Amino acid sequence: MHTKTFVAAAVGLGLITLSACGSSSGAQASGDSKTVTLVSHDSWAVSKSVLADFERQSGYKVRVLKSGDAGQAVNKALLTKDNPQGDVFFGVDNTLLSRALDNGLFQPYEAKGADTVQPQFRVDPAKHRVTPIDYGDICVNYDKAYFSKHKLTPPRSFDDLVKPAYKNLLVTENASTSSPGLGFLLGTAAQYGDDGWQGYWKKLKANGVKVVDGWEQAYNQEFSGSAGGKKAKADRPLVVSYASSPPAEVVFADPRPKTAPTGTSYGTCFRQIEYAGLLDNARNAKGGKAFIDFLLGKEFQQDMPLNMFVYPVVEGAKVPKEFTEYGPAAKDPQTMAPTKIAADRDQWVKSWTSLVLK
Amino acid sequence: MALPVAFFAVFFAWPVAAIVARGLRTDGRWHLGRIVDVVTQSDIRHVLWFTTWQALASTALTLLIALPGAYVFARFDFPGRQVLRAVVTVPFVLPTVVVGTAFLALVGRGGLLDELWGVRLDTTVWAILLAHVFFNYAVVVRTVGGLWGQLDPRQEEAARMLGASRLRAWRTVTLPALGPAVAAAALMVFLFTFTSFGVVQILGGPTFSTLEVEIYRQTSEIFDLSTAAVLTIVQFVAVGAILAVHAWTVRRRESALRLVDAGGTARRPRGAGQWALLAGVLATVAVLLLLPLAVLVQRSLGGSDFGYYRALTRDDDTFLVPPIEAIGNSLQYALAATAIALVIGALAAAALARRDAGRLVRGFDALLMLPLGVSAVTVGFGFLIALDRPPLDLRSSWILVPLAQALVGAPFVVRTMLPVLRAVDARLREAAAVLGASPWRVWREVDLPLVRRALLVAAGFAFAVSLGEFGATVFIARPDNPTLPVAVARLLGRPGDLNYGQAMALSTILMAVCAVALLVLERLRTDRSGEF
Amino acid sequence: MLLSLEDATVRFGGRAVLDAVGLDVAEHEVVCVLGPSGSGKSTLLRVVAGLQELGAGRVLLDGREQSGVPAHRRGVGLMFQDHQLFPQRDVGGNVAFGLRMHGASKAEQGARVRELLELVGLPGAAGRAVASLSGGEQQRVALARALAPRPRLLMLDEPLGQLDRSLRERLVVELRELFGRLGTTVLAVTHDQGEAFALADRVVVMRDGRIAQSGTPLEVWQRPANEFVARFLGFDNVVEGTVAGAAADTPWGKVPVPEDAPQGTHALLVRPAGVRLVPADEGLRCTVAARTFKGTHVAVHLQPPKAPRLEAACALREAPEVGDTVGVEFDAAEIVVLN
Repeated sequence: MHTKTFVAAAVGLGLITLSACGSSSGAQASGDSKTVTLVSHDSWAVSKSVLADFERQSGYKVRVLKSGDAGQAVNKALLTKDNPQGDVFFGVDNTLLSRALDNGLFQPYEAKGADTVQPQFRVDPAKHRVTPIDYGDICVNYDKAYFSKHKLTPPRSFDDLVKPAYKNLLVTENASTSSPGLGFLLGTAAQYGDDGWQGYWKKLKANGVKVVDGWEQAYNQEFSGSAGGKKAKADRPLVVSYASSPPAEVVFADPRPKTAPTGTSYGTCFRQIEYAGLLDNARNAKGGKAFIDFLLGKEFQQDMPLNMFVYPVVEGAKVPKEFTEYGPAAKDPQTMAPTKIAADRDQWVKSWTSLVLK
Repeated sequence: MALPVAFFAVFFAWPVAAIVARGLRTDGRWHLGRIVDVVTQSDIRHVLWFTTWQALASTALTLLIALPGAYVFARFDFPGRQVLRAVVTVPFVLPTVVVGTAFLALVGRGGLLDELWGVRLDTTVWAILLAHVFFNYAVVVRTVGGLWGQLDPRQEEAARMLGASRLRAWRTVTLPALGPAVAAAALMVFLFTFTSFGVVQILGGPTFSTLEVEIYRQTSEIFDLSTAAVLTIVQFVAVGAILAVHAWTVRRRESALRLVDAGGTARRPRGAGQWALLAGVLATVAVLLLLPLAVLVQRSLGGSDFGYYRALTRDDDTFLVPPIEAIGNSLQYALAATAIALVIGALAAAALARRDAGRLVRGFDALLMLPLGVSAVTVGFGFLIALDRPPLDLRSSWILVPLAQALVGAPFVVRTMLPVLRAVDARLREAAAVLGASPWRVWREVDLPLVRRALLVAAGFAFAVSLGEFGATVFIARPDNPTLPVAVARLLGRPGDLNYGQAMALSTILMAVCAVALLVLERLRTDRSGEF
Repeated sequence: MLLSLEDATVRFGGRAVLDAVGLDVAEHEVVCVLGPSGSGKSTLLRVVAGLQELGAGRVLLDGREQSGVPAHRRGVGLMFQDHQLFPQRDVGGNVAFGLRMHGASKAEQGARVRELLELVGLPGAAGRAVASLSGGEQQRVALARALAPRPRLLMLDEPLGQLDRSLRERLVVELRELFGRLGTTVLAVTHDQGEAFALADRVVVMRDGRIAQSGTPLEVWQRPANEFVARFLGFDNVVEGTVAGAAADTPWGKVPVPEDAPQGTHALLVRPAGVRLVPADEGLRCTVAARTFKGTHVAVHLQPPKAPRLEAACALREAPEVGDTVGVEFDAAEIVVLN
């Protein structure tokens, strides 16, 4: 008897799942104009109440499709650009922007409120194919406890990192697979120029830099300042991470510490800017436009920092106190034009790989 | 037969073909010259070489370490045997993201080897090899041990009565009988290690790269689809060859062996030698398999009063997803995937078990295993461009996740059920038919009751595998219903003590669910359950 | 005719397992197909049951052509050689199986199961597990199971093959009685002549997929159609001879034959009872090579000079010792000239 019910359940479940998929795909295919679909990377996050406000005010329902890490999300969007999965794409950064623009991923739209974006973030002024939404800084983080214990000043600049005092202290990520890893490489390239960065990395290598594949390993396994690192008895007090990581160490701790256990070496920062755009061939372009406007609105801009650990781009958006206290944005980070990145990155990553990894 | 074929055609062959074609075909012309270009690049050749030799070395090491285990689990009766058998299988179904972290506790800094002898193996190839042993220990114990337990000990006794020494009796009677099972296990381990992804990435560091890692990088990061397509083809050919050999050895294994109920062949160890062997195997299991898992549990318990576990239930407005929801999602996906894998796998197994199954059908047997050897990123990206038109616009439907998981689960279902179905006496079915049972009723009245336990075992395995499946869920764009492995990966991707602790807590929960599922299976194990 | 086979032919890889077999079974008739293993007799049953497709020819049940009718719709019963009881069901479940398949009500099933178990001599066994049954009991349950749905034709494949001798002899009688009482039409196959002769109204001897002889047990026993049938029935005194008039010229010398015997060169069967022992200086001179005790008589194996051995049946106390020299004479009534 049990057998029968079991099989019936199994077969029934199979049929239900198949029919369920049939109906849901039908709803999507109709391109229902009351739904706006956002395609983003896995880090996308927004407070429920904020998103609910948008849905109430605009009358659109928001569907979110998370599509892997930033690189994967862009690549998938490119693969499906003739028949996109959604209306708006959020999360292409300055290191990938040219790839997206050159392949015609987006259609022009000048967002309401584009004039409130701080001037240094504005791009593509002629066509307005993308809208800057947030920025962050990829910087070296340090373990405060280590440096006070060893009575050592934390490094402040790229130059400091190759000094003997900091030998065998830094861990960074593979520039070919990790976005902070790439950012750090670009930072050094911006600092030392096309001809100088290789020389710098030779010195860095000689000074014992360790390279792991991803941020998770670097930060959670190798960096002595993080919660995971402490448990893993990590022994690298310097890690390539974000300027926003120290405030996260405060926010995600129970009980909250009085001060952040880690700090940022502000002279080692590379600026990363994230953009959103209206996808070419979007089914609900009208809704997509409304959503981009929402992304630039004050409510969302002020909600972002604690959700995605990034800084707002519009003038006058307030930043939470944890950020101002433990992790303000860099004042003078390294930057690089997206076209320059697009032109040189593959070659740089290749040379970097054979220089540092082989 | 039609349904499984259609399933694999639509959800596997077509997406993979589509993504490969996208890479090798532009403006309506094929660029097959790319194959030669890519394969002759020195760094690609290096990857090929490393992939092959590490797989060979891992397989050899796994056999070396796991074969004594297979013997002990098959022939010795000791308290906790069932529990331990289930526990050694847990790593096999856990996502590598989780286990990589824990495994570092063994070979990495401050790990056991470091504490005892100051040896650190992380970012060396040894870490990769040992981790492969960790993951595949169960494959050998289950495949070889399963058969070993069913070999009639009287055959060896007969040889000894004819004057063979103990060793010689083993060598001339038992070893040849085990040979095909050992070969099948070795090939499975080779397949899994040849296509190893997470282990190589996490433990090997950026200097080591397998074909699978390279396909991932080329597709997902560098977006060089033509190189990725070539590598996919290369891997496909290699995996196809492995599977062909595997299918051959499996068929040989099913050749007439005198099998007996496994329950009757195990006994308490006798003599110092056997006790030492048991102790050695238990020590190996403890250090290599249990310790990393224990580290995971220990790290999840940090904080006060199960603080990390309590944090999982909090529905914080600023939080990504309440992680506890991920457990529900995972269970739902896994149930759906299990149902699909069962239906597809059982139908395929039924077709394959027919005595009059032709060559074509038997070839399908090997094809079913191919998804195990194809990169999840290839399948995931393939889904995106292949399943994008009604009525199959499933790209953003939640069903895609269980479908992809079922691709991985179905081969396990087939492998578990096939030997049992083949063992059902055809005349029993005929007896029912002559008594007036239609073919469908024959299946329900005769086959089903006999294979019920195998079916449950298969279901449990498919369930555990899809619960731990990481690749498909990450590489498929989907509405935000993260599964356990995805939630763990996301938590690990953010700084902060609570995030890390919750990741460990969720991993522990995942591990516990897998272990319970496997323990239930252990109780249900049939006398003739298949390879896993 | 209830069952007719016309030119039934089955080939396995070029070899004809059934070669243009024609066979009729009338209602209430018990027909036994007798043949060595590999003669195609089991295939014959499978063809009738619909478990094996015909390469050529036809099967008719009640005059209706059966090609395309699947096994479960033919309404025939088949009892398998090794019973094939369903291991996961108890005795009652096995017996009721066919009834369930035919949609009988629970009450009907219960009543019929009781009735049949009583019939086969296992009253009250419905709740027993199949694994707990002895060989004979399994055989009875298999029979009850096959009979339960009242098949128009019951087929038995080596029905008593696996049982020990005394049980077999008892069951043969029981079966014969049972079939007579129920009026069941039966087609059985066996390799055991004793079983076939005891059970059947008519015996069909098969060889290499063909029918070698068909007739009542008495006919077959008395007049085997050819050397194969004779040897298969256990007669070893077969020799070639040239018949001329009332005697035949054989390696054993002149042997008398019945009056109406066909003339010319033929195989001759000499039944052991037709070999008479006489003093050594009379008849054919033989040495006694062996003796085997057969219960009612002794089989004496005789070695004549430069001729095949002879078997004689002797009364116990008249049997010579091994090594003795005796003379042999033949009895025309016990000699058959084979075709």
